[in-house]
Amino acid sequence: MMNVAAYLVFFLCLALIFGLVCLGLNLQWGFAGLFNVGVVGFFAVGAYAVAILCSPPAADLVGGFNLPVPLGLVAAMAASGVTALVVGIPTLRLREDYLAIATFGIAVTIQLVALNFETLTGGTHGRVSIPRPLTSLFVDRVEANLFFLAMTLAIIGAAYWALETMVRSPWGRVLRAIREDETAASSLGKNAFAYRLQAFVIGAALMGLGGGLYASFIGYVGADDALPTLTFQIWVMLIVGGSGNNKGAVLGAVAVWGLWSFSGWFMATVLPSAFAVRAGALQVILIGLVLALVLVLRPKGLIGEETVVSRGAAVP
Amino acid sequence: MTLTIWLQAILDGAVIGATISLGAIGVTLTYAILRFANFAHGEFITWGGYFALAALSAFAGWRDLSAWLGGPIEPFSFGWPLILAALTAILASAALALILDAVFFRRLRRAKIAIASVIGSFGAALVLRNLVVLGYGADPEYFSREIQIAVHFGPGLRITADQILLVGLTAALVATLHLFLTRTQMGRAMRGVRENPDLAAVSGIDVAGVIRATWAIGAALAAVAGVLIGLTIQLRPSIGFDLLLPLFSAAILGGIGSVYGAVLGGLVIGISESVAVLVIGPEYRAAISFGVLILILLVRPQGILGART
Repeated sequence: MMNVAAYLVFFLCLALIFGLVCLGLNLQWGFAGLFNVGVVGFFAVGAYAVAILCSPPAADLVGGFNLPVPLGLVAAMAASGVTALVVGIPTLRLREDYLAIATFGIAVTIQLVALNFETLTGGTHGRVSIPRPLTSLFVDRVEANLFFLAMTLAIIGAAYWALETMVRSPWGRVLRAIREDETAASSLGKNAFAYRLQAFVIGAALMGLGGGLYASFIGYVGADDALPTLTFQIWVMLIVGGSGNNKGAVLGAVAVWGLWSFSGWFMATVLPSAFAVRAGALQVILIGLVLALVLVLRPKGLIGEETVVSRGAAVP
Repeated sequence: MTLTIWLQAILDGAVIGATISLGAIGVTLTYAILRFANFAHGEFITWGGYFALAALSAFAGWRDLSAWLGGPIEPFSFGWPLILAALTAILASAALALILDAVFFRRLRRAKIAIASVIGSFGAALVLRNLVVLGYGADPEYFSREIQIAVHFGPGLRITADQILLVGLTAALVATLHLFLTRTQMGRAMRGVRENPDLAAVSGIDVAGVIRATWAIGAALAAVAGVLIGLTIQLRPSIGFDLLLPLFSAAILGGIGSVYGAVLGGLVIGISESVAVLVIGPEYRAAISFGVLILILLVRPQGILGART
């Protein structure tokens, strides 16, 4: 029973980290209608930022500044935000699919850097010994995980509150107006490009924060953490939960990560280890089928977009 | 570095560019007629290659047939079995695309959310790729393990007979497609839907038929690209996914909807990749097309041959 509880804590830490990334995607896609196919790129930038800044010095690797983790997390958000600026400026004025292709491209490029720029990323070996905050306080592994869970909960709670406030503010209203009818919003003097860029950068910063927390939680980040499968998982989380709804984004993250972890555990138990590569493939196929079914049968997700009314406005 | 090395890089790039062109034509047609960026298009390349591989091993298991078909045709590395396998792959890939459209993309189109198709295609891409991993594993496969001796070509340049055939076949397919689009009823209907789908529909054009033709042609050309990659390089489950960025970059570079643009874009991307490898090394090859893409989007987002909309 103790083991199950300990696993549950571990599971929730990861699920909520992905929930944070999913909240970032929800701001971009759910509220601003920006199609980001490079989620993993922004996640990886954040993860490597924390790895480079907060880990102890290591031979043949740049960085290792032993900085405190909270500072690393802020830097992770900034690094992902800057990456988003670089992709957003040339593409956000164009048709929505161009952003999709460009974000796909930046994710591929970041994956190549993760794999090949060994002095920065450690290549296939990755970067190790990434610390967690306040590790000295905890001797017991479970207690340490429990503390990390509390911290992640606090961060995701703050992000949720901030996002809810933002989408209910005039800023959020303009964002949805642009998503629904750009011409109408522009004719009222709203600069669609600027609003889109803001939403894209803030969303990417949240993805970077998720990546930074992930690196700190696992203690390791490698080229395998920059694969496009993660982008796909985050998208499935958002679609399953219901895009345009922040509760849905977090709920979807927990549900889909649960399904992913369970199917992985199930296949590892049932199939012999020689089939590990094929079991991994089967896992992706399963999640893909879930996405296909949700898209076709319940396109709004578990909880669809709620009608957002600004604070103080009369609800009809 | 000597001039020969640069010329050889341009020649190799043109060969790769020809295969990119075949894939980019499908991307550009899907984008222009079905109006979405199809992230699953690369998988038709992968599946085309593996369909041919499956057909080849089926032929090899059938002794009488392989004896009748005979060995390689000089000077190429392959013979009739691969030609038959390629035709099988073309038909099978077109069928795969039509099935995929009938059970999945048609429903997403009906939902009237343009981007649902893009998300759906991204999911379909990962599922299709992993189905190949499920069937064949992740290790590379080859049509034949024979090593082909390159022939000399011009001042110290080398090219294999298979590669010359690849470029020639691509040119022939593009010419055929041009004739199809300009001289046949269906080709004209496709161009009509590309310009204005609503007007095409009220003019009595069979839009559903045009959509089916678009899928079938795109997947068939992609299958040819897959077979050619299997012939000249190797087959891996990730070939299509890895080519996705070059395909999109080529289609956008040439101008969305333009078949010649896609061919031109494919050649430019292929040659830039190949030449850039000499300068920055092979590790970052896949990022070259991203650099080219960002450059076009900044300078001329409608592409070289595209009209401003």
